[in-house]
Amino acid sequence: MQMPEPDQGVIDRRAEIVAAMRAIVPGEGVIADDAMLKAFECDGLMAYRQLPLIVVLPETTEQVSRILKYCHANGVKIVPRGAGTGLSGGALPLADAITLGLTKFNRVLEIDYPNRLAVVQPGVTNLGITRAVEADGFYYAPDPSSQIACSIGGNIAENSGGVHCLKYGLTTNNVLGVEMVLMDGTVLRLGGKHLDSGGYDLLGVLTGSEGLLGVITEVTVRILKKPETARAVLLGFNSSEDGGDCVAAIINAGIIPGGIEMMDKPAIHATEEFVHAGYPLDVEALLIVELDGPKVEVDHLIERVDEIAKAQGAVYARISNSEEERAAFWSGRKNAFPAVGRLSPDYICMDGTIPRGKLAHVLQRTAEMSNKYGLRVANVFHAGDGNLHPLILFDANQPGELDRAETFGADILRLCVEVGGVLTGEHGVGVEKRDLMGEMFTEDDLKQQQRLKCAFDPNHQLNPGKVFPMLHRCAELGRMHISRGQVPFPDIPRF
Amino acid sequence: MTETLKPENADQVLDAVKWAVSEATPLEVRGSGTKEGFGRPVQAGRVLDLSGLAGISAYDPGELVLTAGPATSMFEIEQALDAANQELAFEPMDLGSLYGLGEGTGTLGGVIAANLSGPRRIKAGAARDHFLGFQAVSGRGEVFKSGGKVMKNVTGFDLSKLMAGSFGTLAVMTEVTVKVLPRPEKTRTVLLFGADDATAVGALCHALGSSFEVAGAAHLPAAVAARSNVGYVRDAGTSVTAVRVEGPGPSVEHRCTALRDLFGKFGPVEELHSMNSAALWREVRDASFLADDWIEKQVWRASVPPMQGAGVGAKLRAALGGEAFYDWGGGLVWFALDPRADAGAAEVRAAINDCGGHATLVRAAADVRQAIEVFQPQPGPLADLSKRVKEAFDPEGILNPGRMTAGV
Repeated sequence: MQMPEPDQGVIDRRAEIVAAMRAIVPGEGVIADDAMLKAFECDGLMAYRQLPLIVVLPETTEQVSRILKYCHANGVKIVPRGAGTGLSGGALPLADAITLGLTKFNRVLEIDYPNRLAVVQPGVTNLGITRAVEADGFYYAPDPSSQIACSIGGNIAENSGGVHCLKYGLTTNNVLGVEMVLMDGTVLRLGGKHLDSGGYDLLGVLTGSEGLLGVITEVTVRILKKPETARAVLLGFNSSEDGGDCVAAIINAGIIPGGIEMMDKPAIHATEEFVHAGYPLDVEALLIVELDGPKVEVDHLIERVDEIAKAQGAVYARISNSEEERAAFWSGRKNAFPAVGRLSPDYICMDGTIPRGKLAHVLQRTAEMSNKYGLRVANVFHAGDGNLHPLILFDANQPGELDRAETFGADILRLCVEVGGVLTGEHGVGVEKRDLMGEMFTEDDLKQQQRLKCAFDPNHQLNPGKVFPMLHRCAELGRMHISRGQVPFPDIPRF
Repeated sequence: MTETLKPENADQVLDAVKWAVSEATPLEVRGSGTKEGFGRPVQAGRVLDLSGLAGISAYDPGELVLTAGPATSMFEIEQALDAANQELAFEPMDLGSLYGLGEGTGTLGGVIAANLSGPRRIKAGAARDHFLGFQAVSGRGEVFKSGGKVMKNVTGFDLSKLMAGSFGTLAVMTEVTVKVLPRPEKTRTVLLFGADDATAVGALCHALGSSFEVAGAAHLPAAVAARSNVGYVRDAGTSVTAVRVEGPGPSVEHRCTALRDLFGKFGPVEELHSMNSAALWREVRDASFLADDWIEKQVWRASVPPMQGAGVGAKLRAALGGEAFYDWGGGLVWFALDPRADAGAAEVRAAINDCGGHATLVRAAADVRQAIEVFQPQPGPLADLSKRVKEAFDPEGILNPGRMTAGV
C-alpha cells in the first residue's frame, strides 16, 4: 500500500508543532510519546500500521477550530479519528500528520422527545445514544456490529449501516444536523432539528466522506420509539440459491423485514461451534428473518414468512417464541466475525454490494477463487440489501498469504462491480479499497469527486491518501480548457 | 423566444453543454417544465430540453431498484410501479395542482432535482434518501457518474445527495436510479376534529413518538379543511387533524384502535378507509388546498422542528394574514398569503429564525421570485462553501444560473 510521501519538513518541525498544540489543548490532550502513540497506529484494519506524527485530543469546538487553523496556516495534515473501529483504514495515521481524536467529545447534549431527536457530541458511541434514551422507550436505529465501541462521528464519516438498514436506513437517513469545522478553522452548522436542506445538501455529502471534508464536532440524530415487539425465524436451505430466492419471495410479497441475514455453510459451522446458537449444521444456507412492530403484525407476518419459506424449499424452520430464543438466533450472526476468526490466525472481511439476484453466481465464483488461491472463505450476507461480507481466512505468518488474501479480496470486489454492484456497502473505501476505485469509476468520475473535496479542503490536508488512488492538485483539477467560440453548434434537434 | 436544444441521448447532452461552455451561453435545464415556477427565474440564452431522455431502462421489482431517463414522466413511473404493487416510498409531491397544471406531468429527474417528498417523508425519508445513483454531464462539459444501482453503497462521495435538491445547477442528469419499495397492503387514517393548531401539533408529535409507525401526520385548520374534496373533512365545520397508518391488515386495525384512543383525549375522532384516506393524503401531498380560487395567493413552504410548527404558523398569520396548514407532524408549514411585492419574506425569515429551519417561496410571480431570495438565505461561510461547491461542478455558471441564489 503506497501512502503519500511524508513531508520531511513537517516531521522536522515536530517539536514546534507539539508546542503549538499544547498552547491550544492543555494537559494530556497532546500525545507525543512513541509508546503512547502506538495505541493509535491503526484502526480496525490492522494489516496496516503507522505511527502518527502526534495525537491531539481536543475537548471543545473552539480547540478544534484553532488546531485546524494552525495546521492550515502551517501546512500540517490532519487524520480525523473517532473510536478507531473502522474496517477500511480510514483512520490510518500518516507519519507527517496529526491524528485528531474526538474521543473526548463524549457528552449527550440534549434529548428532545417531542421532536424525536438527540443532540450529542461525535465521540458518543452508537450504542451510547440508545442507552441515553432507552429508559423512555426510544432508540437510535442504525446498528453497525461495532456499535458498542464505534462513535457516532465515525458513523457519519463512514455512513455506517447495520443489520436493520433495509427497513430503517443507513446513518445518512438518520442524521438531521451537524456542527463541523472546515480545514481552515471555519465552524459551520449543516441541518438542525428540521428535515432536509434549504440549499445544497452538504450534510448528505459530508456523510460517508471518510474524514476528507471536515471534522464533525456535534451531531443531531433522529431517535425512534422502540418497536413493540420483535420475533425472528431461522430458515435453512439446501443451496444459497434457494435462500436467495426466498429473500426475493419475501420482498415480492410486500414484506420488508427489520433484518434479513444469510450465512453460508462455513459461517454456520464456525458460529455454531463458537456460540452454540442452535443452528442446523446440515444446511447450505441459513437465513435469519426478523420482523418487528406491533405484536399482532409480527405474529401475522412471521407466519407468512414461514409459509413463503416452505414454498421456496426451506428444509429447516424455527420461529422464536421468546426474547431469549430470538437473542440466541442473533448471537451466532453477531459473533460471525470472531467465530470465523477462531478458524484461522487472520482473516480479512470484504464488503461489496451486489444485485441480490446475482448472489448464487457470486458465491459460485467466490468458491472457485477460493480453490484457486488455496484460501478458505466464509460468507455472511445482509441479504435484504445485497451487502456481502466474504471473510477470507489466512495466516499472516505464512510468507505470501496476506498478499494472496488481498488479491483474492480484490478479485471478489471486481466481481461485485462486474455483476452491477459496488466495492463497498458500509465499510468505506479508506486505504483498503482505494486502489480499486478505478474498477468502478472513470478518471473523470474520480476527478469530479475530488473537485468537491477541493471546495472543502483546497490543499488536500484532511486525510490525504484515503479514498482516492491518485491525488490531483486542486488548481490542476479546476483548470478548464475552454475553446471559446470554437466548438461547432451541436447537431441536435432544436426549436 | 429562446431557442430550445432538444438532445435525444446523453452524447447529445454532452455536445450541447460543451458548446454552451465554449459560447459562454447559459442553459436553462428543463424536464417537462412543470417546476418552472419553483426557484428563481433563470436568465439563459438557450433552453436544454431533456424530454428526449425518457423511459425506464431497468426495473426488476425483486431488486427494489429502478433506472430511468431523467425526463421519464411520473405517470409512467407510477404505472410501472403500480403493476408490481410497488411505489416510491417518499411519496413525491406533484406540483401540478399548485401551479395550475395537469397531474402526473412532472418528471422523475425533476422530482429529484427539487428533492420533492410527500407526507411519508417523516417515516420513509425524502427523495434524496431514495436516490441511489446517476449519470450526468457537469457544467464543465464532462460525463461523470456517482452512486450505483444497488441499495447499499458507500463507495466514494455520495454526490447523489448533492444532486437532489440542486435544481439542475450542478450538472445535467442523463440517467437516474432510485430505490423502490412494496406498496403497503392496507391504509387507514384516524381523524381528530376541532383541535387548535398547538393542540393538534402536540397530538401529532405524541402519535409520532409512539411505536405505531405513523406514516402521515397533518393538521388542517378549519378554513383549509373546508377546501378538501373528502366529505368527512370538508363538512367537518372545524379543524381536522389526521394520522395515517399503513401495513398488513391486522396491524393497521390494531394501530388504528390505539391511535383513536390516543386522539380521543383531544376531541371527537373518526376513521377514513381506503378511497377517502388516499384522496386526503393526495391533497396534503400536493397542497391542492392552495389551488383553484387560491391560485393567485403566494405560497411558502417551511421546514421547522415539528413542535415549533404551530408557533411559526401563528406568527405568520399574525404578521401577514393568510392561512397555514401543517404536514410532517407540524414540521412542514404550508403558508398562503395574498400577493405582496416582497411576498412577506422578512416576516417569514423572522418566524423561522427563532426556531431554526428553512423556508422556500414555492409560488409567486416571476418578478417577485426575481427580486427576493426564494430559498433560505445562508450565513456567510455556508454561502461561500455552497458557491465553491457550485464552482466545482459548473465553474462557468452555465447551468441554471441564478435558479437557487442570485449570482450563483
